Amino acid sequence: MNPVIRISNVVTRFGSNLVHDGITLSVKKGEIYGLLGGSGSGKSTLLREMIMLQRPQAGEISVLGHDLMSLGRKEAAWLQRQWGVLFQAGALYSSLTVAENIGIKLKEYAHLPKNILGEIVRMKIRMVGLPDHAAELYPAELSGGMIKRASLARALAMDPGLLFLDEPTSGLDPIGAEAFDKLILELREMLDLTVVMVTHDLDSIWTIVDRLAVLGDGKVIAEGSLEEVMRQPHPIIKQFFHGERGRIRSQHGK
Amino acid sequence: MKTLDHQAEVRFLQDREGGLLVVSSGSWRVAALNQVAPILERRCRGLRNRPLRWDLSRVSSIDSAGIILLKHYLDQLQAQGCKVEIVGASPAQQRLYQMVASYAMASPETREEHRSRFLRPFTRLGESAVAFLRDINAFLSFVGENFVVLMLLLLQPWKFRYRATIRNIQDAGVGALPIVTLTSFLIGVVIAYQGAVQLQKFGANIFVVDMIAISVTRELAPLITAIVVAGRTGSSYTAQIGVMKITQEIDAMRIMGFEPHRFLVLPRVVAVMIALPLMIFFADIIGILGGMLVANVHLNISFTEFIHRLQNVLEVKHVWIGIAKGPFFAWLIAMTGCFRGFQVSRNTESIGRYTTISVVNAIFLVIACDALFSVLLTELGI
Ligand SMILES: Nc1ncnc2c1ncn2[C@@H]1O[C@H](COP(=O)(O)OP(=O)(O)O)[C@@H](O)[C@H]1O
Ligand SMILES: [Mg+2]
Repeated sequence: MNPVIRISNVVTRFGSNLVHDGITLSVKKGEIYGLLGGSGSGKSTLLREMIMLQRPQAGEISVLGHDLMSLGRKEAAWLQRQWGVLFQAGALYSSLTVAENIGIKLKEYAHLPKNILGEIVRMKIRMVGLPDHAAELYPAELSGGMIKRASLARALAMDPGLLFLDEPTSGLDPIGAEAFDKLILELREMLDLTVVMVTHDLDSIWTIVDRLAVLGDGKVIAEGSLEEVMRQPHPIIKQFFHGERGRIRSQHGK
Repeated sequence: MKTLDHQAEVRFLQDREGGLLVVSSGSWRVAALNQVAPILERRCRGLRNRPLRWDLSRVSSIDSAGIILLKHYLDQLQAQGCKVEIVGASPAQQRLYQMVASYAMASPETREEHRSRFLRPFTRLGESAVAFLRDINAFLSFVGENFVVLMLLLLQPWKFRYRATIRNIQDAGVGALPIVTLTSFLIGVVIAYQGAVQLQKFGANIFVVDMIAISVTRELAPLITAIVVAGRTGSSYTAQIGVMKITQEIDAMRIMGFEPHRFLVLPRVVAVMIALPLMIFFADIIGILGGMLVANVHLNISFTEFIHRLQNVLEVKHVWIGIAKGPFFAWLIAMTGCFRGFQVSRNTESIGRYTTISVVNAIFLVIACDALFSVLLTELGI
């Protein structure tokens, strides 16, 4: 089967800072794909390149069979409707309520009657585990976990097939993080999602990620299932999975 | 994966036993649903107490929005006494339906405010009156807090932020000189021109000097300079402090024990109070210069003649009165700017709103204060 996302030999540079030096990886349909790596290793940047917020200096990225490097305006607009994105800090519109944040894309693209729209929004709010009264709150009135959930609901508003998550569980308490992981698994089952997530969270990696890539030194150090990756002898991988926290986590298993 | 946004369809048919058959087909995904929503709305409204079969077997794909639409009308039909039987739903569709149903139950009734239309203007009026009083109250407590911090600072003057004050004088004063030069020069020119036209009729050309000198130094230079500063500096104070409020810098300062009044407000207020009188004096000179130029070109009053006359008619008290207004105007402008900045709540939209409010308030207060000065000084006979 054709991969949903295929990245090959991507090079990204900010001035003299070489962030990606030939990244190659691919994401298959229906899987939860993890992007790992130390802070500053270019995970968010790679994610931004996949969603066309940024262009790499060289290399190829294709999403759903479309080459992002040579894309018409129409195709780009169509592609943008195929995915939902959860930004690292939420990026909710601060002047809109949660309900308006979730409904804004629906309103723009779907032209549905108001009551149906309201029902869709309400369902999304419940689906991500927010209480009903959160609908009328502004982002400034939400806690960190609620912001993540609200922006997940916004990302899911159009029932996209592809979901990009940038550190979805960072900043959540362990219980909240676990619930969030479960939520993503559930949503994947129900909505046939393909999920690409940047994460540091060992628990998420163990419980929900199907395949992952580890970035380091501007390259993909390892790609594959968790077992495959852990078998690699690279020092960064050793550090990550066989450090204190990694060892404790691996004793518990799935 | 690659479902292009093609058609969604729904048809209402009679089946062999005379029952009603609803056939959905095509892609019931969110982008296509607007094609079927109006049809469903129209057809379902009139159906009461009828058996009905709803065929989903030809739906090629459906998403949660499609399910919600379906469910909405199923519920509505059931409430209208129709017995609905779903046929041809795939297991995936059933699962999605279960999921949506589990989240969509028990919709809370929407809050609707039942207020009569007749009363609404009065409610509005009442609300804005209360908001106004609250604003005044908040401003007074802001001034009070500022005063307390000022008093404490007078006991420990070395704690005052001299450096920040100097920098603010630079920004608010020196930085504004070009625009103040331009506006006050033009004001001088305008006054001289208008005066010239009237005075020439009486052959009283030389009196243009009296007119320019007194009106510019006593009223126009202070007012114009203050308005320029309100638009330029007052607004930037609101925006600066507002952004710090949004990024929680103010909170960070508070917990570190840096009172915002000492670090942000007082340096700004003091800076404008020092800069504005100096700028007024500067504007006096430029304004008179503008007038002098027009008087020379238009009324043939030579520069020496003009200056000689100026020395005779312009009492120094006019200049002092004009300059003395400076600190008062400055205090109003800077305090309003800072106060509105602190009122910014945690969303980006409110920065724009409060910046506008701050400028409008500051200009109004300056003009009101000027009027007060006029009345007071006239009553005192100065
Ligand atoms: N817009 C930018 N301009 C300059 N440097 C950037 C920019 N965005 C990211 N970088 C740099 O790229 C590197 C990778 O950043 P990022 O992708 O955010 O890392 P992370 O893996 O922690 O998400 C960092 O060194 C960062 O400083
Ligand atoms: Mg990042």
